[in-house]
This record gives sequence, C-alpha cells and structure tokens, in this order.
Amino acid sequence: MGLKEKILTKSIYAFHLSSGSCNNCDIEILDCLTPRYDIERFGIVLVGSVKHADVLFCTGSANRLCIPRIKKLYEMMPKPGFVVAWGACGSSRGMFKDSYNTGLPLDEIIPVDLYIPGCPPKPEAVIAGLIKLTDKINGKIRR
Amino acid sequence: MLSRRITNGRGSRSCLVKDSSVTVTVEKPHVAVTDRRNGHRNLNRNQAERHRMHMKPLEYIFLFLIYPGFLFSATMGLLVGWVDRKVTARLQWRVGPPWYQNFIDVAKLLLYKETLIPKGASRAVFLGMPALCLSGATLASTIVLVVTGEPDKGFIGDIIVIAYLLMIPSLALMLGGFSSANPLASLGASREMKLMLSYELPFILSLIVPVIKSGGAIRLGDIIIKQQNSAPFITSASGAISFLVMLLCFQAKLGHIPFDMAEAETEIISGPAIDYSGRALGMFKLAKAVLVFAAPVFIMSLFLGGIRFNSDYILTGVLEYIMILVLMIVIKNTNPRIRIDQAMRFFWGPVSGLSLISVILAYLGH
Repeated sequence: MGLKEKILTKSIYAFHLSSGSCNNCDIEILDCLTPRYDIERFGIVLVGSVKHADVLFCTGSANRLCIPRIKKLYEMMPKPGFVVAWGACGSSRGMFKDSYNTGLPLDEIIPVDLYIPGCPPKPEAVIAGLIKLTDKINGKIRR
Repeated sequence: MLSRRITNGRGSRSCLVKDSSVTVTVEKPHVAVTDRRNGHRNLNRNQAERHRMHMKPLEYIFLFLIYPGFLFSATMGLLVGWVDRKVTARLQWRVGPPWYQNFIDVAKLLLYKETLIPKGASRAVFLGMPALCLSGATLASTIVLVVTGEPDKGFIGDIIVIAYLLMIPSLALMLGGFSSANPLASLGASREMKLMLSYELPFILSLIVPVIKSGGAIRLGDIIIKQQNSAPFITSASGAISFLVMLLCFQAKLGHIPFDMAEAETEIISGPAIDYSGRALGMFKLAKAVLVFAAPVFIMSLFLGGIRFNSDYILTGVLEYIMILVLMIVIKNTNPRIRIDQAMRFFWGPVSGLSLISVILAYLGH
C-alpha cells in the first residue's frame, strides 16, 4: 500500500447521483452522516459538485432518461474516481428488472466498483461496503 | 526589539513586499544610525545599499515561501481548518475527522486528481486565478505574521497594503467563477461581488479606529508597539465596538456561514468553485486555509496588541488566538445562511453605523 492509495482511501468525497430512486437510499446516505454513524470520521464528505468528487453514490434503477446523464456525470468526475452501486435497484434493477423503462442495469452503463445490496442498505452495511472499496483501491481485492 | 535589530545590522530598510508589484514608500530614519553603530562607518551609502540589495531577495523569498509565508501559514491553516471541522463536529454531537484530514484532502487534490477545464471556459483566467488567490493570501499572511513577530519590521502604509491584499482572494475567486462558463458559478461570483461591496465599508472604517487611537500610525508595527506600551485598544469603548465589527467583516471575508451565500453548498453548489477540480481546487482550499489562519492574527495585532513571543505573554497570546478562532467557529455553527440582500442591509445599516460611531468615539478619545 503506497502513499497514493493511502491518500485516496483516507479522503473520499462522495457525490450523490440519484437516477430514479424511491428516495429511500437517498435518506440512508444522509443517515450515514448523522451523529450516530458519522462517516466524516473516515474522511468521507458529501459534495455538491461532481467536479469535486472521488466516488459516485449511484442510487435508483437507472431509467431511460437518466442513462445519458449518468454517462455524462461519470465522464465529468475527475479521475481516479470510483462508482458505488447503492441498494437493490442500483445493483441489479431490483423489482424493476422487467420494466419498460429500465433497459440496462447500472453496471452495463458505467464501470461499477462496489455493490451495496439492501432495500435500502443499512448504514452499517454502507460502512462495511466502503471498507471493501478501500481494500479494492489498495489492491487487496481483485475483480 | 529595536536594539536587537541594531546589533544585527541589517538596517531598517524592511520593505517586505519589494519584490512584488506593490510600490512602497520606504522608511529610512535609523539606517544611518544602525550602520554607524555597527562600525560600518567606512562604508559609504552606495555600498551599503548594494550590500542590502544583494542580501534581501533571498531573505524575502525565504520569508514568503517558507517561514512565516507559504509553508508555515498553509500548515497552520490546515491545522486550524481541522479545529474548525472538529469543533463543528463536537457541536453537532459527532466525533469528527482526525487531525491530519485536511492535509490528506489537499494532498489528494494537489497530487493525484485530474484538473478538468470546462468547455467554453477561458483557460488562462480559469487556471491563473487559483494561483493569484493563493499568492495574495500568502503575501497578506506573510506581512501580518512578520510584523507580529517583530513589530519594528514592516513599512509605512503596510496596513493599507494588507487591506488591499485581503481583497485579492475574493477577487480571484470571483474572476475564476466568471471565467468558468457555468451559470451557478456566475451567480455565486456576482453574490461574492455584492458581499464585497457590502463588507468593505465597515471593514475600512473599523480599520481606521486603531490608526486614530495610535496617533495616526499607518504601520501595523507602530499600532502593536503602542498597544504593548499602554493598554490594548479592545479595552476602550471604540476599540471594543470596532473589534466586533471587524469580527463580522472577517466572517464575511472568509465566507463563513451567516455570509456564505456566495458558495452556498446546498443551494448553488459551492458557487464560483463549482467547476474547479484537482490542483486548482486544492489551491483555492490552501488559500482559504492561509486566510483562516491569518485572520485572527490580524485582528489580534489591531485590537489586542499582537502576540508577544516571550515566556510571560506567549500563553495568553495563544489563548486569545484560540478564543477568537472558536468564537468565529461558533458564530458559524449557530447561524443560518442569510440572503444577499439581507447581508447588504445588515452591513450598510447597523454594522456601518456602529463602526461610524466607533470612529467618532475614537476621535473624542474614548
């Protein structure tokens, strides 16, 4: 684990990208920032602009209108950047798998580094998932 | 202080910003005395001059880049930024980040992240403004810190130069926002401009009070020495009022919360900085850190007699510094963001009125 990995894993600015979610996962993102879980302890901050971001938190089932926007936002994120598919919909379209409106799962639109399952995922699951993301950046987990 | 300087014989041509573009009137009176006492009697003036010109640039570069300029101010600024985040977290009943968090954040932005230039942006202005912002903030902080350390350094009118230099970071942020071809950035920049128009008047008025009280001295060092010989200005009525006004003006200058409408995170997504990434964003963050570190020092040297670096006073100096800093953080954490028109009304109405009253009181000798 070199200096670069150490720095990249200790300071994660997250951008919240909601693509047609039911707002449940979005509430859980804010839940992680509350005093009980406080992920700012690990240097994770929610930023408003995608140009400041290191990680995209993608919630929702990626519906048709959102697909070009998801691609654009992914391209606008300065690299190195990572993508987290958040919740059942983000990971696999969940119950909207056969819907007319959700043609592709998120990981066929942009490269996804981490899946956090759950509907919505609990903050504990999120923290466990983010530790897996740091392991992946450090090269401990191969894809 | 004076006697020490005489013995090291560097002369009092202590014009700090000579190598920048600022034109400065240089104070000369003790040069001759200094040199003569040190046995430089044989050197004629030209030789002494040449000697100084030869020695000075390196010293200025050291002052500007290492101590107490860029390296020191930025390090302390990032630590002070951590105090800010930690106190905020504790006020919200959270744990908060570790002390090295800001260093990691800035290192990440400066070393490893990509710098993107938006389509339609003016490249030179977009990339030049963060550097201008950082150098302006560092220069202001260097002058303030050098004069605080040795009050007989500095030059005539340095207080005016500092007042102008403190405007440069806001101006640079504004121009950077306008150049980035983003509507939200333009909105933020125009708000920053209106905010500047509103806080500059009370800022200058409350800057005049220490000048009047120290008998018309426009050297920061003279103001500090005057306070150290008698009482600090905050103990008088006019000093206390203008201290309060100055605190509010710095709150707006630093973009802290009641007046953070220019970079409102939740509303216009960090305003002028919205399209900045990587190194450019890191420079803006460093400039902010430097300013956050230098602001309480500047306020202290104007109203509390600066920090004295000897064993009797250093503790009170540091405690005063921490108190001002925490006061600013608490103001930041216990207030909602106000609108730009409310801010203008606030600064041009009650705050300007208060600072005018304090100027009049200072004239009357209170």
